[in-house]
Amino acid sequence: MNNPIAHTVLLAASMSIATATTAAQQPTPEQMWEIIQSQQKEIEALKRGLQDNAKQAADADEKAEAAVVAVEESSTGSRGNWADRTTIGGYGELHYNNIDATDPANDNKEIDFHRFVLYFGHEFTDNIRMFSEFELEHALSKDTADGSNPGEVELEQAYIEFDLQDNLQARGGVFLLPVGILNETHEPNTFYGVERNDVENIIVPSTWWAGGAALSGQHDNGISWDLAIHEGLMIPTSDFRVRSGRQKTAEASAEDLAYTGRLRYTGIPGLELAASAHYQSDASQVSGDGLDAGLLLETHAVYEKGPFGLRALYAEWDFDGAAVTAAGVDKQKGWYIEPSFKPRNNIGVYARFEDLDGARTRDRFEQWEVGANFWPHEDVVIKADYRSRDHDLAGDAGRDFDAFDLGIGYQF
Amino acid sequence: MTRILTLLLLLLSAGPTPADSTYQSPEDFLNEVFAGAVPTAQVLWLKDDVRETSTAIMGHRYPAIRVRYWLKGTRSAWILEEIGKERPITTGIVVNNHDIERLRVLVFRESRGWEVKHPFFTDQFPGLGITPAYELDGPIDGVSGATLSVRALKKLARLALYFHSRVVTDHDAAQ
Repeated sequence: MNNPIAHTVLLAASMSIATATTAAQQPTPEQMWEIIQSQQKEIEALKRGLQDNAKQAADADEKAEAAVVAVEESSTGSRGNWADRTTIGGYGELHYNNIDATDPANDNKEIDFHRFVLYFGHEFTDNIRMFSEFELEHALSKDTADGSNPGEVELEQAYIEFDLQDNLQARGGVFLLPVGILNETHEPNTFYGVERNDVENIIVPSTWWAGGAALSGQHDNGISWDLAIHEGLMIPTSDFRVRSGRQKTAEASAEDLAYTGRLRYTGIPGLELAASAHYQSDASQVSGDGLDAGLLLETHAVYEKGPFGLRALYAEWDFDGAAVTAAGVDKQKGWYIEPSFKPRNNIGVYARFEDLDGARTRDRFEQWEVGANFWPHEDVVIKADYRSRDHDLAGDAGRDFDAFDLGIGYQF
Repeated sequence: MTRILTLLLLLLSAGPTPADSTYQSPEDFLNEVFAGAVPTAQVLWLKDDVRETSTAIMGHRYPAIRVRYWLKGTRSAWILEEIGKERPITTGIVVNNHDIERLRVLVFRESRGWEVKHPFFTDQFPGLGITPAYELDGPIDGVSGATLSVRALKKLARLALYFHSRVVTDHDAAQ
């Protein structure tokens, strides 16, 4: 079709048809209004959706926050329930002793789980609490006809403590007496030596506990004090040995009560200076038996500065009475000094010298000791030491010994 | 003797008075530290390497999912808790330029180790920083008979120094 006129006619016709079609599809104002309203509804629905999403997100945040707080409260302990207010702890120590005495009859090689201790404590309120210490000594305690069992089950602490004021407490029950360095703090990882020092065994009869009542106060300048009235010793007049006089609050005689007081200064970090006095008007609790009043004076110093440490203690008993004087044991005393050095945080070495003058002749000696502690964890310790003991009296020379000890201990 | 016994029994029977072991509230501590203009609290989540390192420092998992802190300039303040022997010790610690500016025991609940709540002990901490092994870079002399409380405060000091280094690093990276 090469005719231009025909082309023009056809084009005009096509345009005319297209225009007519477009005009026929154009929405009316009513249709436009419907469209606008529909679109408005969609916009509002979208807006509501966004708002819902935002609200849901806020709700989710709030719930997450509440969950975190709940987890935090449960993990930190609200102290509101029984379990949160009850604590369990303990310590234990295994010893290996290899004693080579001048008289072979006094040699001794043994392994002994010396102490297994469990602590239980409970807070009744923020101001009233209970603390207890239950101990099995020497791993085995059984009832034998002749009493020849190796160990003991002991209740060494069981007291109620009241906070009377912020810095004043009262306690009643069975508690450790405030005397010496080790008597109140004797977990194996806190001291050097497989065995505890002998002065705080023979002169200060650690572990030394008693039933009674006590008051303790602390001052902002670092001075603290303790006063206690409690069951007394019942020292046998057969040997006047102080350690044998502990009654351990087991149906203990209370004919003659005892008093213990301590003054302590810890106002300079690393330093402790303390002095204790203990008095009982009748140390045997039997009148007229030749053992009357007993007075123990004890003083000690602890100083730790950087890697260096020093412990020193002196204790002396002074007894009245004809029999104890005649036996020559009216004064029983001892002292020790113990320098130490920690080349690393988990390794420490020490030396100790002790001089004792106890009731029994075997308890009168001088002893040198050197050794080391290794702490693989701050609450776990491995110990090794060497001891050399020389008795004062020739009659006990057969008891002189050199000893090698190993130990492992823990607390939790 | 009878008089002393009577006095003790009277004291015991009188019962306890409320003990106030809160020496400064966390709010008062923060107000004092920031002179009344306390910045908005921020949160450090204890996850991934922060959880791992904080566990190594404390010797156990720190009992929280996150820790709040207050940061202004080079100073950050932290309220942290750790158990000494039996009960948590609440401690306020301020770190400035990676050194401890102050450490204060805010609430002491333990029945032993009372010495650590006093300035004669806590005054040892200002100026101390942390080594790459997360140890304090200076010595803290202990208190005889308060080993566990001393240990708790030393751990909290190390933790605050580590947390500070983390939030300052994150803050610098964000800028």
